Amino acid sequence: MTSRAKLGLGGCAAALALLIVALAIPQSPSLSESPEPLHSNLRGPVPLNEEGPAHRMTPEVNTADREIRNYPEQPPLVPHRVDGYQLDRNVNKCLSCHARSRTGESQAPMLSITHFMDRDGQFLATVSPRRYFCTQCHVPQHAVKAPVGNTFVDVDTVLRNATGKAPE
Amino acid sequence: MTEATLDRRTILKLQAAATAAAAAGLQLPASATNLPTGVDATQLTWSKAPCRFCGTGCGVMVATKSGRVVATHGDAKAEVNRGLNCVKGYFLSKIMYGEDRLTQPLLRKKNGKFDKNGDFTPVSWDEAFDIMEEKFKAALQKHGPSGVGIFGSGQWTIWEGYAASKLFKGGFRSNNIDPNARHCMASAAAGFMRTFGIDEPMGCYDDIEATDAFVLWGSNMAEMHPILWTRVADRRLSAPHVKVAVLSTFEHRSFDLADLPIVFKPQSDLALLNAIANHIIQTGRVNKDFVDRHTLFKRGQADIGYGLRPEHPLQQRASGKDKPNDATDMSFDDFAQFVSEYTFEKAAEISGVEARHIEQLAELYADPKTKVVSFWTMGFNQHTRGVWANNLVYNIHLLTGKISEPGNSPFSLTGQPSACGTAREVGTFSHRLPADMVVTNKEHRAKTEKIWNLPEGTIPDKPGYHAVLQNRMLKDGKLNAYWVQVNNNLQAAANCNEETLPGYRNPDNFVVVSDVYPTVTALAADLILPTAMWVEKEGAYGNAERRTHFWHQLVKPPGEARSDVWQLVEFSKRFKIEDVWPADLIKKKPDTAGKTLYEVLFRNGKVDKFAPTEVEAGYDNDEAAHFGFYLQKGLFEEYAEFGRGHGHDLAPFDTYHQVRGLRWPVVDGKETRWRFREGLDPYAKPGTGVDFYGHADGKAWIYALPYEPAAESPDTDFPFWLTTGRVLEHWHSGSMTRRVPELYRAVPEALCYMNPDDAAEMNLRRGQEIRVTSRRGYIRARIEVSGRNKPPRGVIFVPWFDESKLINKVTLDATDPISLQTDYKKCAVRIERSEEGSI
Repeated sequence: MTSRAKLGLGGCAAALALLIVALAIPQSPSLSESPEPLHSNLRGPVPLNEEGPAHRMTPEVNTADREIRNYPEQPPLVPHRVDGYQLDRNVNKCLSCHARSRTGESQAPMLSITHFMDRDGQFLATVSPRRYFCTQCHVPQHAVKAPVGNTFVDVDTVLRNATGKAPE
Repeated sequence: MTEATLDRRTILKLQAAATAAAAAGLQLPASATNLPTGVDATQLTWSKAPCRFCGTGCGVMVATKSGRVVATHGDAKAEVNRGLNCVKGYFLSKIMYGEDRLTQPLLRKKNGKFDKNGDFTPVSWDEAFDIMEEKFKAALQKHGPSGVGIFGSGQWTIWEGYAASKLFKGGFRSNNIDPNARHCMASAAAGFMRTFGIDEPMGCYDDIEATDAFVLWGSNMAEMHPILWTRVADRRLSAPHVKVAVLSTFEHRSFDLADLPIVFKPQSDLALLNAIANHIIQTGRVNKDFVDRHTLFKRGQADIGYGLRPEHPLQQRASGKDKPNDATDMSFDDFAQFVSEYTFEKAAEISGVEARHIEQLAELYADPKTKVVSFWTMGFNQHTRGVWANNLVYNIHLLTGKISEPGNSPFSLTGQPSACGTAREVGTFSHRLPADMVVTNKEHRAKTEKIWNLPEGTIPDKPGYHAVLQNRMLKDGKLNAYWVQVNNNLQAAANCNEETLPGYRNPDNFVVVSDVYPTVTALAADLILPTAMWVEKEGAYGNAERRTHFWHQLVKPPGEARSDVWQLVEFSKRFKIEDVWPADLIKKKPDTAGKTLYEVLFRNGKVDKFAPTEVEAGYDNDEAAHFGFYLQKGLFEEYAEFGRGHGHDLAPFDTYHQVRGLRWPVVDGKETRWRFREGLDPYAKPGTGVDFYGHADGKAWIYALPYEPAAESPDTDFPFWLTTGRVLEHWHSGSMTRRVPELYRAVPEALCYMNPDDAAEMNLRRGQEIRVTSRRGYIRARIEVSGRNKPPRGVIFVPWFDESKLINKVTLDATDPISLQTDYKKCAVRIERSEEGSI
């Protein structure tokens, strides 16, 4: 156990604080006196023939909080940092916590049982090779606010609107 | 290394305790049951569709409820992906719901009138088409058919591409139609045509489970074709003898699975390929019987130039620039002599790869006991010698006979969902017609005119403006009325600040952009048409393994958004045949006189022969309701006439709505997995064993082609190679994926990946803002010296998904002179600390 581990909670709170700060700062700074009437927040009002500044790099969010999935089939996002994780044909660092046999110690969620199925839907004793590269589906998040929102509504909300009743 | 997990474990324990304590004093009221009420109310409608993104062509299941998409997941019944999606595919549910969807036509206006410098103002569809009609007619008046053009897409559905091709080539008599697929796989298509005389891979994805070795030539499948990568990883990790060789100009995620990782100097793949051919010959491992029976040898034209503007010194100097596609016959011995100079030592010198590694690579091909699949994408195709690279990899498969059978497969992958199905098969290129035919061939034009029921001589006999030339002609004021559909070319085109943007903003031109969101291309237009996307319309795509797959319209588009095919066909009503054809052409078919293009091309007794009632029960079809006939079916069935009986057979329209796609040629109801091999391909003639029937002589052509340098290489002023590309989490220009917050936050911005030693030498730190500058333009970006991409010294990598860093202002619009595809992987840049002050 290192000193950093003891500071774990503090470090986490700091990351959270950073997240809150990042959420509070608008992502599209005003770069032009007379912004174009129509522009995309993905670029901001920088004229097309000019190039604006690059935002500071933001850290990956590092929490234990699970985000609600948009629908049951969505792969869960990675709530913690994974930069520097080794994930190659020799080592899969993710499995050192999320493998079935490691979850007692780590208290991390076990990988979905679907990940034990081969291409023909048969269950294997261990994680299926086709599921080996975790980051093809599970991605960490940076502490930034997306500049363009999304109006997707989940099925519970759709049902609530349709029936006037709460499904859960 | 366990610190982070311990942190989380501690937190989880604390949280669990807190939750338990809080819960102890609470009782749930009886009404707050979490059981859903009633099966009917909670039932979702699930329908199949292909994924909207890459050329892999995964199947997805889409759940709808109350007119909205509420969930998506990988289709367990889809052969391509068997239940899996990549992270982009899993978030398909959200791509239509970015909060800035365009829902009304927007025209630049000042004082109530169109003004090139006006502000975007909502207008009706009628007003939008009024001004378009006026501008298209004016351009036709001024320049004739060459004054109008359209830039389409490998994301067009099959019938959208077909309708566009028919409207422009048959209606306006302009071959100025090209797809963004020109940027993507034109070199692959030209490579197929040169070697085999017929386009698209002979094999299919089933090769993955059947092979002993994979060689990735300039393809980062782990990020760009993630689901195929799951199949490669599955094969590699479950069959220990299997080897994976990964070749690239920088180290990336696919190297995580590599047994043989090879980083080579940009452009030197040509030398490596020739060295492998030489090794096969020198070690006596040529499959002589195969080579004698099934191949011919050709010496290709060399010194073919770089597709730059004619006045560029590199063009002026190139001796073969006027005949880049020429070739002369040669013998096997001549060929052996030609490649003999490409020893491992010479290839090592050119490429920077150790000779022993080149030998290990060459042995994968040379060893007759090893089945090998070669995969390639943009590393080969976006290359000023991209067609050559394609030809050269076929050479080594042909010399060894490792082709057209399970597990032996040279396999060109595509980046767009219908690069094959629409751009290539429909032939939406400036030189092509459906089913591999070309506008320069009289018989091909005649056949097309016959199926389209148009008079002889309607289709112009010269290729129109291709992608790069369209931008140059816009800038030069020769292409005045221009329509862009389903692509974001201001972000995608190389040298966009010197060619594309001035072209769009040229006061002589009127530019229409049909899009879903306000992309940079839309914002550079004069008129924006709001467009329906993906499952808001009925569609069909064709993936990289010749699989044609369909989907139904599942939801309504928002506001006044309309599908691209609706826009094309509705606009055709605005033109009388007399507006677009000369009198002598009309005279050849007098019944066209007085009719509109709509009546000649679409409501013509053929395309309109299927009633709206034929749409499968339970599904909307807004176009059928609007036009009064099943437009998609009519267009598809007419299009299918081109290929049936000619090696491109498609199944009946309705079949595709029932199956998870079929790989053409579909003969007697059966798809074809491996072409050219007798017994596997119904078109391979009995007794041939292997029949490369694309060429009249039944043979595949092996080309002798040299190593030639890139158009622009680093020098003292611009000392770095810039290579561009994509990332897993964003697709192409990011217009869909960056509007999904989870994907945005996964990779918020494009970074400049750099070798840490280069950064240290320049006293630059990770996270610092720099300028990346070429002879053409610059961007500002942050430096990354760790992470998923690890360039060697002297190379930087910047992905192009980020519209706030238009890296294509920096790239060079040099093209392969045969395929006319741009090289986005090689130009010279310098790196400077940003002085502007950062935020």
